[in-house]
Amino acid sequence: MSLDTVDSRRLREVALTPEEYRVIVEKLRRPPNAVELGMLGVLWSEHCSYKSSKALLRRLPSSGDAVLQGPGENAGAVEIGQGWAAVFKIESHNHPSAIEPYQGAATGVGGIIRDVIAMGARPIALLDSLRFGPLPASRHHFEGVVAGIGGYGNCIGIPTVGGEIYFDECYAQNPLVNAMCVGLVRVDRLMRARAEGTGNSLMLVGADTGRDGIHGASFASVELDESSSERRPAVQVGNPFLEKCLLEACMDLAHTDAVVAVQDLGAAGLTSSVAECAGRVPGAGARIDISLVPRRERGMTAYDVMLSESQERMLVVVQRGREAEVERIFQTWDLTSAVIGDVTDDGHLTVFDQTEVVARLPIDLLTDGAPPRRLTGTSPEPPPSLHLDSLPPLVDAGQSLLRLLASPNLCSRRPIFRRYDHMVGDSTVVAPGGDAALLRIKGTRLGLAMTTDCNARYCHLDPSLGAQHAVAEAARNIVATGARPLAVTDCLNLANPDRPEVYWELEETIAGLAHACRALEVPIVSGNVSLYNESFPASGEGGPTRSGRPDGGSHSSIHPTPVVGMIGVIDDYGRRLEAGLKNEGDFVLLVGSSHNDLGGSEFLKVEHGTVAGRPPAIDFARETAVNRLILAAARAGLLRSAHDCADGGMLVALAECCLLGGMGVRCPALRPEAPLRLDAAFFGETPGRFIVSAPSRATPELQTLARRHHVEISLLGMAGGQTIEFEGQFRLPLADMRQAWENGLAQ
Amino acid sequence: MKFGVVVFPGTWSDRDCGWVIDQVVGAQLQYLWHKDTDLKGCDCVILPGGFAYGDYLRTGAIARFAPLMEEIGEFADRGGLVWGICNGFQILCEAGLLPGALIRNASLEYRCEWTSLVVERTDLAFTSGCAEREVIRVPISHGEGSYFAEPAVLSRLEQNGQVVFRYCDAGGRVVPSANPNGSLHNIAGIINKRGNVLGMMPHPERCAELELGGADGLKLFRSVAGKAMKVLAS
Repeated sequence: MSLDTVDSRRLREVALTPEEYRVIVEKLRRPPNAVELGMLGVLWSEHCSYKSSKALLRRLPSSGDAVLQGPGENAGAVEIGQGWAAVFKIESHNHPSAIEPYQGAATGVGGIIRDVIAMGARPIALLDSLRFGPLPASRHHFEGVVAGIGGYGNCIGIPTVGGEIYFDECYAQNPLVNAMCVGLVRVDRLMRARAEGTGNSLMLVGADTGRDGIHGASFASVELDESSSERRPAVQVGNPFLEKCLLEACMDLAHTDAVVAVQDLGAAGLTSSVAECAGRVPGAGARIDISLVPRRERGMTAYDVMLSESQERMLVVVQRGREAEVERIFQTWDLTSAVIGDVTDDGHLTVFDQTEVVARLPIDLLTDGAPPRRLTGTSPEPPPSLHLDSLPPLVDAGQSLLRLLASPNLCSRRPIFRRYDHMVGDSTVVAPGGDAALLRIKGTRLGLAMTTDCNARYCHLDPSLGAQHAVAEAARNIVATGARPLAVTDCLNLANPDRPEVYWELEETIAGLAHACRALEVPIVSGNVSLYNESFPASGEGGPTRSGRPDGGSHSSIHPTPVVGMIGVIDDYGRRLEAGLKNEGDFVLLVGSSHNDLGGSEFLKVEHGTVAGRPPAIDFARETAVNRLILAAARAGLLRSAHDCADGGMLVALAECCLLGGMGVRCPALRPEAPLRLDAAFFGETPGRFIVSAPSRATPELQTLARRHHVEISLLGMAGGQTIEFEGQFRLPLADMRQAWENGLAQ
Repeated sequence: MKFGVVVFPGTWSDRDCGWVIDQVVGAQLQYLWHKDTDLKGCDCVILPGGFAYGDYLRTGAIARFAPLMEEIGEFADRGGLVWGICNGFQILCEAGLLPGALIRNASLEYRCEWTSLVVERTDLAFTSGCAEREVIRVPISHGEGSYFAEPAVLSRLEQNGQVVFRYCDAGGRVVPSANPNGSLHNIAGIINKRGNVLGMMPHPERCAELELGGADGLKLFRSVAGKAMKVLAS
């Protein structure tokens, strides 16, 4: 099969370009056979190789004192104290969820859980960051995804404790499903998926291998079009029960030292798991015999076996001679295990079908051979600017508040999280619904806070600033529980980077993330990139394309959506804070100062029907000062509650404090000093602000502490009653607000 | 007092029950594997929540055939304490140790949230630590927790006073709005006639410590542990 004879259809099937094919032939000094071409196709897909984003990703900070494992492994890991490590990662399952929402989301959850298990950690929590088109049109995606997340997480017994959900037209054809898993392991038990030790056995455990999910990774690396539903076989089917058994069996592996490494089989199945595991050890190779792979169906070819993305499978590297010990552990859980090959020192992945060699490729060609794609970015037209003077003055803040509380982007998420088991594990001490979730670490006083955040409207208006906001808001959500931000996992969801304006968005996004993570000293220890989140009607050729987009028509592409998953630690979870007001008579205060930050705000969208302006500027020195103040005040026991001010601004945050606490607040009229506008004071989205409540006697000390941190703090009012009132401006019963807030998703 | 906690493949509340028994109550804990054939001297056997065998076919339908279930049936016949929570309740119904069945929630959705329960029997080993008609807060977490039984079975349950817990509002009133899953008569938990086999959908092991949002569940665990202490003392 020379370049002349390998037809373009064949290349398109494995999502390789003619140039990439040329590189392969050159490196191999021969044309690859069909199996090899398929293997290279999946590993050189954007999803596996990061060929478009790799160079940029190096700019992200990934080191820090607490970091035990940065990017490059199944998941990142940081030390959290008392000998414990938190292992965590976020990953996208966007394309499968667009085609088959329930299974796409379910297997996304299953996949990220296995990444954490592979590090030797017990998964303790799940979070999901979701984006859909507006309701009711996108209800099919929304319902399927929520049911799929619940279906998998509830069954496997890992609590789903957080996440976020936004609706925007740009996700109507391309919903986003990003799943994050957090696990715990003793620092000295942290595992790495390295195929060490020539002669050690490679054991495949868990589900049998079927034809499902073949080409999933390549599929995730092209745009969607009308033919995409024909790709439904590329969406895998999840079996959470099997994964629960796999999870427990892998936890039992800790009782033996016979295991060298554990690696998840995810995208690109056996091909990537073996190649990656060997690729982490210089010079290592692997030899596998696909006839030894337990199969679900007859007649599978070598190609099928190597590319299958059947779920709930793991690769275990076992010390030679101790396979029976490991097999017994899996047998206890009624799981199949089979030795399918061994570790070599020839730097090659050699695939046998009994005695016949069906593929033989250098490991480094598979894992690191994809030529980086040199793309160029061009900044698009700037978004429409915002002229504040042209906005009509605020008429009735109370009515605006009701409409904002009912907005699908701001309303209560309870209808969603009550469908997820968020309590199993007896560790959830701050449940979903507020800022970050907080889980206690049993046997210690440590608490682990976790959140996901991204305001993609900001990213649309200014990708760099938007990415900075995502990090800053995640940090504030962690801080609002009393925990200090520790580390980040990120999921960069963008459109087709072959378009210069999208590549520019990618560059800007990464620059923004890098800046914010450095400023807040939170390294990014794991992550995932999901590109090609755009779609247009079938081009007529019948296949997805990766070339430039045709103009016009119903083409749609997503806003850059860099979802930030962050974890943080509190030394004593007894000192934790929640968002809801707690005591009648407590003072309610606004920490941080407000500016005319209406650009890109939810207020502007809901009340003025426009998306315009720049997102608020961020001063990271101020962010840090405010965060430190909140943490110091929490440690000193001065605060009764704390809540981040974000989307919807101060008044929406204050209303949430009331609704979550079941308690109203009485405030004197809000009379902002010029140049601050009244609408911006109520609904502007200036970062670096919290609503806190404190007993009146603690307030002087709190104010002193604020002065010492050079942070502005102002009294808003007093907690109590069943209304929210700004004297002479508006007065709303909590019941009316609850009605609006709790039914925002019912449309 | 020795608690046995049964582990089926797919069980997930085993560790939470174990945590409460061992770390909060301070009683003796023994995990029992579904393939075991004896109860290892346990005084109270808990069938915890989860999706035993994946709950394929029908919740609890496969679990009832586990080798250990035969032992548990005989243990119950001898008057031993058997406590099914959530999936455990479903399994006890499938196994015929309790009447009726748990069907899909009326909302057709999974529900994980706090509920209030009125305790209607306090003469039982499981509830002796509760006050007469006490209202306790206990979370639920299930997709199939709607209690159903034939009218004749239901009226027998009521006549015999076999309903132990009913969903109620915070004031203890048994009203439809407090029913999270469509259970007949707001039933959240029932006992067998003899008073030694309890099944309940809510999860008392999730509310045995205040930091988890409430500690009413501890009353049930302490009742069982305390009963044994009384027996030993007498």
